[in-house]
Amino acid sequence: MSAGGLAGALDLVTRVRGVRGAMLVSAADGIVVADQLMEGIKGTAVAALAGSLAGRLGRAMSAAGVGDTLFWHLQCSGGALLVVPAASGILVVAVAEPEVNVGLARLELMRAAQAVG
Amino acid sequence: MPDDIKALSAQLAQDPASLVFLRLGELLRQRGQLDAAHRVALTGLERHPHLADAHDLYARVLADKRDYERAFDEWDMALRIAPGHLGALKGLAFLYFKVGDVAQARAHLEAALRAAPDDPSLVQAVTLVRGGQAAAAASELAKERTPPPPLTPAAAHAPLEESRVFAGLEGAQEGLLLLDASGRVLGGALRDPGGHDVSEPVAAYLAGVSQEAGRSAKLLGLGTWTGLSAEGRQGHVHLAQPTRDALLLVVRDRSVPMGRLAIIAQRAAQAAHRWLEQQA
Repeated sequence: MSAGGLAGALDLVTRVRGVRGAMLVSAADGIVVADQLMEGIKGTAVAALAGSLAGRLGRAMSAAGVGDTLFWHLQCSGGALLVVPAASGILVVAVAEPEVNVGLARLELMRAAQAVG
Repeated sequence: MPDDIKALSAQLAQDPASLVFLRLGELLRQRGQLDAAHRVALTGLERHPHLADAHDLYARVLADKRDYERAFDEWDMALRIAPGHLGALKGLAFLYFKVGDVAQARAHLEAALRAAPDDPSLVQAVTLVRGGQAAAAASELAKERTPPPPLTPAAAHAPLEESRVFAGLEGAQEGLLLLDASGRVLGGALRDPGGHDVSEPVAAYLAGVSQEAGRSAKLLGLGTWTGLSAEGRQGHVHLAQPTRDALLLVVRDRSVPMGRLAIIAQRAAQAAHRWLEQQA
């Protein structure tokens, strides 16, 4: 996918009110593929942790018999991390404010994941 | 008493839409015939879904069957239909005492007292809880509950069950798992859709998740993490942290919405927190 295509996928996510930034992360190695993050966010470190968390969660969910992960949501006192794995092994990640519409953000993350392929 | 049950059953058979099921269900419950009471209450509730008393009856039966989570939902529903419903307020106070949430128990008792200021048991319970005697207040409230049903073989194991971390919670031995930071099972159990115990492998995979979630939240300036919910193709999971060194996993099939799963997890986390404190 072209750089423009990746940016377009991220645009789908960042236009949701309350989303502070988004990035595409390689699930296998936790490397940032593309990002639209606010200044001050350590994208590479977050990507590595998101990739690792996704891996652990995915293996646990598979062992628990609930199948592949479609969406996950880390709730925090000051916001949230929302993640949808794309079929290609890319994680679509959003960093959001506490008051974000999680349902809408989830839908846009899923659209972005489809666009990424 | 059996004649009363026969008479009420006959009345209900003649007029299935009547409210006699409330008396019949309560009578069966008081006699410890919980399965029969459950059927009567549920059938009545299906016919009268907007009747607060029907939810109250069903909740009492569920509470006697130690299904506290669903009892909570039913009493909660009764209150939504009829704010100030005495039975629901007392029932919720009873459940809040059971999970150790004295503030909520007291709030519900006081609301019940406003609804029935002359109720002697309520006066007594509120006086006790205001005086800091929560356990005595809970006992006072429990006196209202009818004597426990005769012990069945399953119920005979109740003391052992109570010693378990998630005793009384729905899915305690199949969908609730408590583990430590290094991935060792502390309590509960998890079964896959085939019925196999998968507690240990799942716990092992989740080792370190708590630390990684905490570090991610910190790096992003999001404060502390409070929960992690995930949607799978065949089910939903929710992770919570009852204490700094423990992790709670709740797993349910996809019919349970994510929001409800978070509520279940919150209750289970409270139970786990208390249990861990007792073990310390």
